[in-house]
Amino acid sequence: MDFPTILQILDSAVRLMTPLLLACLAGLYSERAGVFDIGLEGKMLMAAFTAASVAYATDSAWLGLIAGILGAVLMSLIHGLAAITFRGNQLISGVAINFLASGLTVLLGQKIFGLAGRTPSLAGPARFSEITLPFAEALRPVPVIGPIYAELISGHTILVYIAFAMVPLTWWVLYRTRFGLRLRAVGENPASVDTAGVSVTRLRYAAVMICGALCGIAGAYLATGISAGFVKEMTAGRGFIALAALIFAKWRPWGALGACFLFGLFEALANRFPNLDLGFVTVPSMFMSALPYILTVVILAGFVGRAIPPRAGGEPYVKER
Amino acid sequence: MDRMPKWADVILTPLISLALAFAISALVILAIGESPIEALKVMVEGALGSSYGWGFTLYYATNFIFTGLAVTVAYHAGLFNIGGEGQAAMGGLGVALVLLAVPWPHWALALPAAMIGAALFGALWALIPAWLQARRGSHIVITTIMFNFIAAALLNYVLVNLLRPVGSMDPASASFAEPTHLPKLSDMALGFGMEWGKNTPANVSFFVALAACLLVWLLIWRTKLGFEIRAFGKSERGALYAGISPVRITVIAMLISGALAGLMAINNVMGEAERLVLNAVEGAGFIGIAVALMGRNHPFGVLLAALLFGFLYQGGGELALWTSVPRELIVVIQALVILFTGALDNMVRMPLERIFMALRRKGA
Repeated sequence: MDFPTILQILDSAVRLMTPLLLACLAGLYSERAGVFDIGLEGKMLMAAFTAASVAYATDSAWLGLIAGILGAVLMSLIHGLAAITFRGNQLISGVAINFLASGLTVLLGQKIFGLAGRTPSLAGPARFSEITLPFAEALRPVPVIGPIYAELISGHTILVYIAFAMVPLTWWVLYRTRFGLRLRAVGENPASVDTAGVSVTRLRYAAVMICGALCGIAGAYLATGISAGFVKEMTAGRGFIALAALIFAKWRPWGALGACFLFGLFEALANRFPNLDLGFVTVPSMFMSALPYILTVVILAGFVGRAIPPRAGGEPYVKER
Repeated sequence: MDRMPKWADVILTPLISLALAFAISALVILAIGESPIEALKVMVEGALGSSYGWGFTLYYATNFIFTGLAVTVAYHAGLFNIGGEGQAAMGGLGVALVLLAVPWPHWALALPAAMIGAALFGALWALIPAWLQARRGSHIVITTIMFNFIAAALLNYVLVNLLRPVGSMDPASASFAEPTHLPKLSDMALGFGMEWGKNTPANVSFFVALAACLLVWLLIWRTKLGFEIRAFGKSERGALYAGISPVRITVIAMLISGALAGLMAINNVMGEAERLVLNAVEGAGFIGIAVALMGRNHPFGVLLAALLFGFLYQGGGELALWTSVPRELIVVIQALVILFTGALDNMVRMPLERIFMALRRKGA
């Protein structure tokens, strides 16, 4: 493999990891607050649909983004209602949200656009266009650094940069703010937070809403950034890969960056080389697509480092009377 | 003292949840500009109005009985098996290997062998998540989700690279030999001189599914193992104190659960397609979750819920055929059923409990 090919693959990995990263950080907020979320997939899908629809109607990618966030937050509200207010099973609620999104998007899409669950393709201002960073063209002739800057770092949509900026921001919120401390505490020992006079319910709702907003950006990126419009089931399991990345990252923001890059790279490699020839053995593309899941199981099994989830994860908090 | 009478807990609460789910489904149908009453009429007519409709309804119900029972058995052990989809897919592989490897002379011989293959592959696919949960403490929900995806990739590989007949472009196995084809319910009715459900896929597996309901009931409520499973599901520490091994129960419950999900393959792979195709399960593994929740994790409840979902599936198909309502309506209904009977259970339960407490106070 020569240098330009490697750059192309890395560039494609960055594009593919963006929705994973946003969804993974979304799950991080929710799960760190003690609310398991296997409905990331559904929230992203709903957001992709609302974003594409509104972007098409208004011819504005930004309004689409807002609609995407609203769509995913609506799903988050349902999850919050079931998991926090009514102390229901968080896993079952997540499953329900996935199906709800999968069905509703097609139902509504068919009603509004009549294109068998697709939205019309988006063009021009209805999509987020690629940004060329300053001096990208001027620096291109510089060996090594030039192409890296021009190809890899420059030339992505704004949402990609937002996703990457979310990593240090999340780290700062979680580890350097009072809100973050409380958020982490509520996922480990909600009773202690309650004793300190802080509302567990409100904190968890806040976390679940942030989760929705980030899933919304992820969905909007899928529909108006990386592709031009909504297609039925377009998330294609990315919500679950994000969940896998979250475990892989051991529920930490910088880890999430690494895990999502790795999984994005797998996808980029599988796209580029349907049958990866390593010389002594040919790796089929199916193996590459299953690799994130296999690695997660291995990590979960605790053979390579141990992933310990937040202690109060999955359990509704019942206030003592 | 119980807060509610038993009948209210077992029958009233789920019925109200279900009514809520269907009421919102009706609103969804209204919102997309169709009449819910008309839609219901089309669905009832299409699914139950003819023996042809029944033939499909029962075929779908058979799938859902197996996957619903799979979720049920795991649930009683306090485990949420979300991997029915992958286990059923692997069950299909088991059936295909058994039927393609041996030239079976008659279906009556092939069926038990295929059942063993299906159950074995399904159980093995559940074994690893079970073992990881019991021994390494990794969450079974996450591992079974991952195993669904791994199964899909594995099946894709096997069908494209290994089982695909030479010269075929389709990612599917060769068709199974004629003698292994299961008798359809329509053939059996014809045997009694009745014209029933011609050209429908419902087959003899339906009776296997009914037997499975009975066996699961016996297992859970009439055997020592069933008692241990329930005790473990209610309280892990209590069970440990009573000398019940958590590892053993987790593994056994998941093996049974996976085997039941795998057994679905005798219906869809052996009974209907008569070859292994890509994505043969078509979401039935996930519908098992809704079926088990709606059936209150009781085999009889699962049977009823599976019939209801069979009706929804066939009726939804007819709806898509005759009106502008897409098939995905069923997915929405399924989601609402899972949401209301599973996750929002307390929303119905808490006010009901208050009503019953108030009534009791008045009576006393």
